[in-house]
Amino acid sequence: MSNLLEISNLHAGVEGKEILKGLNLSIPEGEVHVIMGPNGSGKSTLANVIMGHPAYEVASGHIEFGGEDLLDLATDERARVGVFLSFQSPTALPGISLLQLLRKATTMVLGDEAPDTAMEMMTEVNEARELTGLPEHLLTRSANDGFSGGEKKKGEIIQMAMLKPKLVILDEIDSGLDIDAVKAVSRGINALREQGRSFLIITHYQRILNYVKPDRVHVVSDGQIIRSGDHTLAHELEEVGYEQVEVAR
Amino acid sequence: MSEKFEVTNDYKFGFKTPEHYHFKGGVGLTKEVVEEISRMKEEPQWMLEFRLRALEVFQSKPMPQWGLDLSQIEFDKIHYYVRATDRTNDSWDDVPQDIRDTFDKLGIPEAERKFLAGMGAQFESEVVYHNLKEKWTELGVVFLDTDTALKKYPEMFRKYFATIVPPEDNKFAALNSAVWSGGTFIYVPPGVKVDIPLQAYFRINAESMGQFERTLIVADEGADIHYVEGCTAPIYAKHSLHAAVVEIVALKGARIQYTTVQNWSSNVYNLVTKRAVAHEDATMIWVDGNLGSYKTMKYPSVYMVGKGARADILSLALASTNQEQDAGGKVIHAAPNTTSTITSKSVSLNGGRASYRGLVKIHKNATGSKTNVQCDALILDDHSISDTYPYIEVENSDSYVEHEASVSKVSEEQLFYLASRGIPEEEARSMIVSGFVDAIVRELPMEYAVEMNRLIELQMEGSVG
Repeated sequence: MSNLLEISNLHAGVEGKEILKGLNLSIPEGEVHVIMGPNGSGKSTLANVIMGHPAYEVASGHIEFGGEDLLDLATDERARVGVFLSFQSPTALPGISLLQLLRKATTMVLGDEAPDTAMEMMTEVNEARELTGLPEHLLTRSANDGFSGGEKKKGEIIQMAMLKPKLVILDEIDSGLDIDAVKAVSRGINALREQGRSFLIITHYQRILNYVKPDRVHVVSDGQIIRSGDHTLAHELEEVGYEQVEVAR
Repeated sequence: MSEKFEVTNDYKFGFKTPEHYHFKGGVGLTKEVVEEISRMKEEPQWMLEFRLRALEVFQSKPMPQWGLDLSQIEFDKIHYYVRATDRTNDSWDDVPQDIRDTFDKLGIPEAERKFLAGMGAQFESEVVYHNLKEKWTELGVVFLDTDTALKKYPEMFRKYFATIVPPEDNKFAALNSAVWSGGTFIYVPPGVKVDIPLQAYFRINAESMGQFERTLIVADEGADIHYVEGCTAPIYAKHSLHAAVVEIVALKGARIQYTTVQNWSSNVYNLVTKRAVAHEDATMIWVDGNLGSYKTMKYPSVYMVGKGARADILSLALASTNQEQDAGGKVIHAAPNTTSTITSKSVSLNGGRASYRGLVKIHKNATGSKTNVQCDALILDDHSISDTYPYIEVENSDSYVEHEASVSKVSEEQLFYLASRGIPEEEARSMIVSGFVDAIVRELPMEYAVEMNRLIELQMEGSVG
């Protein structure tokens, strides 16, 4: 299988401080990869750099996506070629509802494939919404504005489902969620996975892996991937902790 | 290789029609000009005397020493009266071709067919087209241009004219009183509810000419009316002056909504006095959207003189390059148990300056009154400015006053979030602005809401450097 995402020797940072120090990562089409690691190891930086956050600078290295140089593209263009980032803390958008956002975003990302009519749109949105269990009235309120942590994450999953990305990056999707919300979010992930999409799940905890079984697990420490393995690596981490893994490298 | 750029005029309504004016007064303002205006209009003696008194007031009053800098206005270089046709037309076919062309470009006939109950369209200083659906005529609703109303309803006219905004009120009200021409007159009889908005478009077209329309609306007891005006003007090199006066009387239990979408081209001084008097249990609603002009000073006001009266002012201002919008509202509580709200949303971008200036006054006798003022500002970049000047004077102790203000900036996080959903920066900013003003836009009639959103998008175009 060819690699959808190919990151090689990536050095990147923020405000002059290097955080990723020669990171390498390949994700084949249709696979679910998990990145685990302690706080400050560079997990969220990786997510932001792949999506093109303007505050992060890439010093050297490459990110190829479907054979294309991702670093050449602006953030909105990255979204349009099929990269999706579910934010750790989605920002509030006063005056813009989730529904308005979805209308605009599907038009921009899917073009002719976007739902044609308001009716089609609502049907699709409601399917995605029911999957996550987000209350219907939140679709027409200002997005992420006064939403609980769980509601924000569910909103991200609805957008993920609607935009049909090739690669989904989930940044701490399970943080701050109760167990029902973790299950709901996992249902959303598994539904998309069945459609052959690739995932990069960034997480500090193992919880979500009880519901989503990864193909590969990577451990990141100090800006590099120090160990990779199958899903059993996550359990090992749970038992011995990051420090032991780091010592063992 | 160098790219060749074509210089285009990006103001959408900046076309101009060749001038064929029936009468175009000379420049400058003198007693003779005022007398000539009144003579041409065949006005009664009292109106001539009123105009001449107003001229004296105008000449004796100094320029306002607060608000925006207006020192660049050259009163001597303005045409104070232009008449485009001999008479007012009831049928679209009777309107001269070039004027029709202008209106066609603005899409008015279609708008009329679809939405309008009646329409007065002001081209230059006089209303050339006026049409009121038969239904309202039968109910006794009077919807005329102000000049015709003076002739047809002299007693009613004189009873209310200049009682709400006298010439002495301010320099520009005095100027308008001296040279006013055109505008809209509406009278709604007791208990009559006009359920479709009445609309009029205004347009300045002669270079350097002033536009001084005068609007008077009276809703009798228990009557209900919504009046909508929209403004667009072509671009000229010299600064044009628009100094209108709008007077509103809401008698006992009446409800009036007055909606403005102001999109003057960026060379127009827009200095308008808008004031309403709300009697017992009457409701006055101003919805005032200011998107265009060079400098606007406009503070729609409501004097609540009867107990239980209510005032709602919704003000929207968008200031871009070279624009200053000084907008807001005034509510005067002069009777017990009166209620008011002022909601202001201002957006400044590309170096524009938008200010909220508002007054809440609760008189001693206005016991049990309530007011809520909410003013929000959105600043899109570092070289744009937003100011807030709220004045609140409360003379009794059992009234309830709430005031909230917020200033926000479009954040990098918001733009990144929207970009990550495939939305380019320019469209993302436009979405954020539309979302910010939504609370006011939703109060507009549907076709105006659509137009407002389109105007905002036009203003936002090219706003990303």
